[in-house]
Amino acid sequence: MRRLTLALIAASILLSGVLPAKSQSGGELHFVLRAEPKTFDPMLVDEEASETIRFLTGGVLIRVNRKTQALEPELAASWKVSQRGKKISFHLRDGLSFSDGTPFSAEDVAFTMRKLLDPNLHSPTGDSFRSSEGSVRVAAPSARDVIIEFPAPVAGLERLFDQVAIVSSRSPKKETAVLGPFTVAEYKSGAYVLLKRNPYYWKKDAHGQRLPYLDSIRLDIQQNRDLELLRFKRGEIQLINNLDASYFENLAKEEPAAVRDIGPSLDAEHMWFNQVPAAPIPDFKKKWFRSANFRLAVSEAISREDLCRVVFSGHARPAVGPVSPANLFWFNRSLQPHPHAPQEALRRLQQDGFRFDGHVLRDGEGHAVEFSIVTNAGNKSREQMAAMIQQDLEQIGIRLNIVTLDFPSLIERISRTFDYELCLLGFVNVDLDPNGQMNVWLSSSSNHQWNPEQKSPATPWEAEIDRLMQAQASTPDQNQRKRSFDQVQKIVWDQQPFIYLVNKNALAAISPALANTSPVVLRPQTFWNVESLYFSNQGRGVGQ
Amino acid sequence: MNTIRQIAAVLLGIIFLATLFAGAFAPAPYAKQFRESPNASPSRMHLLGTDELGRDLFSRLLYGSRVSLLLAPAAALLATSIAALVGGLAGYAGGWLERIAMAGTDLSMSLPWLFLLLTVRAVLPLNVPPAASLLITFALLGLFGWAASARVICAGARSLRNSDFVLQAKACGCPSLRVLARHVLPNLRPALFAQLLISIPVFILTEANLGILGLGVSEPLPSWGGLLRGLENWGAVQANPWRLAPLLLLLIVVSCFQLILPREDFAA
Repeated sequence: MRRLTLALIAASILLSGVLPAKSQSGGELHFVLRAEPKTFDPMLVDEEASETIRFLTGGVLIRVNRKTQALEPELAASWKVSQRGKKISFHLRDGLSFSDGTPFSAEDVAFTMRKLLDPNLHSPTGDSFRSSEGSVRVAAPSARDVIIEFPAPVAGLERLFDQVAIVSSRSPKKETAVLGPFTVAEYKSGAYVLLKRNPYYWKKDAHGQRLPYLDSIRLDIQQNRDLELLRFKRGEIQLINNLDASYFENLAKEEPAAVRDIGPSLDAEHMWFNQVPAAPIPDFKKKWFRSANFRLAVSEAISREDLCRVVFSGHARPAVGPVSPANLFWFNRSLQPHPHAPQEALRRLQQDGFRFDGHVLRDGEGHAVEFSIVTNAGNKSREQMAAMIQQDLEQIGIRLNIVTLDFPSLIERISRTFDYELCLLGFVNVDLDPNGQMNVWLSSSSNHQWNPEQKSPATPWEAEIDRLMQAQASTPDQNQRKRSFDQVQKIVWDQQPFIYLVNKNALAAISPALANTSPVVLRPQTFWNVESLYFSNQGRGVGQ
Repeated sequence: MNTIRQIAAVLLGIIFLATLFAGAFAPAPYAKQFRESPNASPSRMHLLGTDELGRDLFSRLLYGSRVSLLLAPAAALLATSIAALVGGLAGYAGGWLERIAMAGTDLSMSLPWLFLLLTVRAVLPLNVPPAASLLITFALLGLFGWAASARVICAGARSLRNSDFVLQAKACGCPSLRVLARHVLPNLRPALFAQLLISIPVFILTEANLGILGLGVSEPLPSWGGLLRGLENWGAVQANPWRLAPLLLLLIVVSCFQLILPREDFAA
């Protein structure tokens, strides 16, 4: 009994440190949207600003916990996937209401899914559910049960519901009737979006206090990142997501308590050689670029550690492949980044008939090895990476010309005219599941950048990637999918169609006035647990 | 006033000479990356410190100044020559030729040249060595930068067209080309000289602007535009104020060019 009392006292002390007193709740959180939200309709979201609004206002059946990356029940108390990923059944929580007070039921889920999967709506969220031709059957056998049947198995089906914000079938104001912690109260185009606390939000804290703690969130629309940093320093905003390394360092000197390096993000910087057969480049260069030995040699000649240390001030990690180590389940842990080994690179090149005379590398026909790297103008870190790669390749006698192009010209070259040799760009990954990368790895896809839209796979290893990607997409067994995608990662590591360079760290700034923060690498980094954030009495902030 | 002009000319001369013999003064190759010491403060080894990639800033400033100071006058000479040809002929001939030439000049001035330069750069071959990209950049600046000067020259030639000595030369049966070469052009020389000197800092600044957009001279060759991009990292500038040296040198050079211009040439 004494032990139990002590445990209760300890638990209450612990909770009092984590949870705010009633007087500490309230206040207005400020941060910045870097673009105008294109829509407030959760079904039509296809860019980051609208995605932020959807995350803060939308209630979903299942949520991916941004910290553990595991699935957690939200509006659905439980769910079950059956028929090898063709069918999913939800059992909903009881007694929930939309922000306008109308009750939530299975009819709302059925209404949302029917609307979302209507081909005429062209919903980007709905598109991710479409695995094959045929209609989707949605049924609500009771007020708390929903059954959805797809014409073919959908890999990673339950994860897709993290993006599906349920809308009301009965409320007259569908845009403002939400199930998330906040609701849109005011919007001034080009200026701000004001979100107010949803008084009917269903979650409560351990004390039984209804969440969220904050009264409102003001999202100022502002593109200029210098101004964003300045406003943070002034205390006008309390959060910054996706900080650049230079801004991070700048802020760290002035406010070390405000900056957070969360570790490697899902995003990667990578480059690839043009392997398109019809590309307007000389045949001898096409021969170099199609050689795995050549690509591996270039990869090994680059010092990824130097790129991380010099360009990103240490806020990056050498990249291994298409999956970042931040992706806890799907990352193939048996792979390591290619080491910086110029001598090994030269040995590989000699195997392919190249000769190095101490200054210039020549191929078997006597051509000096020289090619260009294109990247988008104005991206300082990529320009710096290109300059460092230029010096690294010079060590093995390769002359690299750096060309920076405005973005439309660059896209024209890499996707229409194919008039380029090597391209350096970034890969922004928002989806943990490999299905999100289908359009990159299938040889028939237009995003198969090194040689897109192939009628049949040009190489045996591309055929194998096609097979493995199809295999992982057609089974609901996560372990089997993982085995297939691990093999894809291994093939990419061996063949280097994309030469992965670095995974930038997720960097954020959080005002010390904001409590209960727990930034993570997944989007939205700093406010994924927005309902639990509150202003502490210490520190500063406009919210108090 | 003459003393100030002389000081400006001497200062420009010193800067020109220092950049011309950059190899003798530079402590390190401009492209060499000292990766262990990026953003280093000034030291005996690196007089102005290093940039983000660890390259010696003093060496890059010397070589970058050579690039900007030698090629900007060349581009200015090209632009002024085109302006002299178009403006001189149009102003002297008058009539429909002047109207067409000035309409072309107005059109040229109204075009968004920055975007045109971006477009032209985008369609150029990719495998262009840095030195060639440098020449292309300044050649484009010269080819596109003649319009404003052409208007000034045209106005000058027009005023000369009906002057007494030109009318007298024509009345004496002097052929038009001879009148243009012997009587009109020599009298336009002060205006041409002024336009040439005005164009030099304009082209230096344009290249700097292109550099800030990442579209000027390609890596690893330095230029003032590329060096000024280093100022974007204000934290590094605060840590090492000597990184402002390219900006200071640019201000000195542009001011010197303005100071050495004779006032009467401006009037022309």
